[in-house]
Amino acid sequence: MEQASYILSQVINGLQLGAVYALIALGYTMVYGILRLINFAHGDIFMLGAFIAYFLLSRFGMPIYLVFLATMAVTALAGYLMEKIAYKPLRNAPKISLLITAVGVSLFLEYFCSLKAVFTPDYIAFPRPFEVETYNFSLGGLEFSFTNIQVLIFAITFSALVLLYLLIYRTKQGKAMRAVSYDRETAALMGINIDNTVSLTFMVGAALAGMGGILYAMAYPQINVFMGIMPGIKSFIAAVLGGIGIIHGAVIGGLIVGTSEVIVSAFLSSTYRDGVIFIILLIVLLVKPSGIFGKRIDKV
Amino acid sequence: MTDPSGTAAPVILAVNGLCVSYGIIRALDDINLEVRHGEILSIIGANGAGKSTLLKSLTGLARPLSGTISFNGTDITAARTDRIVRMGMSMVPEGRRIFPDLTVRENLELGGFPVPDRTVRGDILDLIMTTFPRLKERMKQHAGTLSGGEQQMLAMGRALMSHPRLLLLDEPSMGLSPIITREIFSLITKVNSERAITMILVEQNAHMALEHSHRACVLENGRITLVGPSADIKHDPRVIEAYLGV
Repeated sequence: MEQASYILSQVINGLQLGAVYALIALGYTMVYGILRLINFAHGDIFMLGAFIAYFLLSRFGMPIYLVFLATMAVTALAGYLMEKIAYKPLRNAPKISLLITAVGVSLFLEYFCSLKAVFTPDYIAFPRPFEVETYNFSLGGLEFSFTNIQVLIFAITFSALVLLYLLIYRTKQGKAMRAVSYDRETAALMGINIDNTVSLTFMVGAALAGMGGILYAMAYPQINVFMGIMPGIKSFIAAVLGGIGIIHGAVIGGLIVGTSEVIVSAFLSSTYRDGVIFIILLIVLLVKPSGIFGKRIDKV
Repeated sequence: MTDPSGTAAPVILAVNGLCVSYGIIRALDDINLEVRHGEILSIIGANGAGKSTLLKSLTGLARPLSGTISFNGTDITAARTDRIVRMGMSMVPEGRRIFPDLTVRENLELGGFPVPDRTVRGDILDLIMTTFPRLKERMKQHAGTLSGGEQQMLAMGRALMSHPRLLLLDEPSMGLSPIITREIFSLITKVNSERAITMILVEQNAHMALEHSHRACVLENGRITLVGPSADIKHDPRVIEAYLGV
């Protein structure tokens, strides 16, 4: 029974991490859907979110809900500018040019932010806006616990997903996004403004990554300009696992990746926590490259 | 068919000195063209003559090297595709390009994207369903499950949803049986005459195109080599030899 309780609490921890991965993976998958671009700088937007929140909390002592709104607005703006400056001029260029540019944007963001005049190259402690509280539960002999941060992460991630679904499936803009991801030229022939739709996609993805950055920093309160690299790669793997371009695939993929990582570090060794994710990627690429929910492989 | 509007009808589209290149390949060379309100102009020519490129440059999907395109008196040479569509030009692309995973209704609704008013959109949809009753029976079906002819009807219906004044049709008979082709062409003439929608019709099936258009032009290697009333073009010995194949 003790073992079962332990497993359960690790699964809860894994889902907490997975929820953050899901938020990042959504941005990868949405941008891929619309531009067929793996935006490698997406993980750095996540980092940006954590740092902006850090400044808003430590310098201005802003209330937490305002921190979320302001951070998401700034990361959305960053996503918008990133697309306009770096990717839009390459809209009709070969795909590989876009990909190389994405790596460049990623490195730029990391090293620019590590300048003393911008953020800092050091690890800094993220000020939690509230103390961590743990709630213990017992269900039929099964002991498990939740922290208030976990509750917050699940609640915010879930609400963000609901809003995202409403945006994509219930609004005109969402309809435009889906049309552009199916077939850009034909979408333009439907009177859809492609540039605005691409911008919106980047902004929504970046806002979600910014949100993920704050939640991640609250759960693991050490931040650094390179903190976006590993979560970025893992979220990308999550998106591939679920089927890149598929919204619910990114969510399920994120939860699986997060849970696997925590389970492996709890029962095997934390040395393998990164390795297992890449093994997942290899298995997906070998067995079903289109991912869990992918039907067909799009021509790239 | 004879020209219903005569030469007095106002010019809806004017193309002057249009040149388009793909890299070093000149796809269109000095195209001059006028389309008058209410007519069907067909463009015939062999594979690779530049027919599709011409339509793409009219809708802003291909960028001209030089020349001007004016639509309803407005210069649209450098305009974005969605702006051109909102101004009243609509296109049925080559190969139909319907959204296969969306339902017939959703495809049609996407076509109505530029129409802001929901009730107006509903009215247009009703009108389209009376023109294409086959679509009405299949509204909830995924578009990918339709037959080729039905997909062509859907692509036409979708293009009509934006309430265009000028409709461009790129190879509507592609991959369709002769019977279905005839059905599609009779729908094209019906839409043209009942709704006074001007059309440019690009076709490899020169026989059908000449039969169902008022005027025609022949495109060869990116140049217009012949233009005139379809009835005359049909009897031009060069056209008979090259495209009608007796």
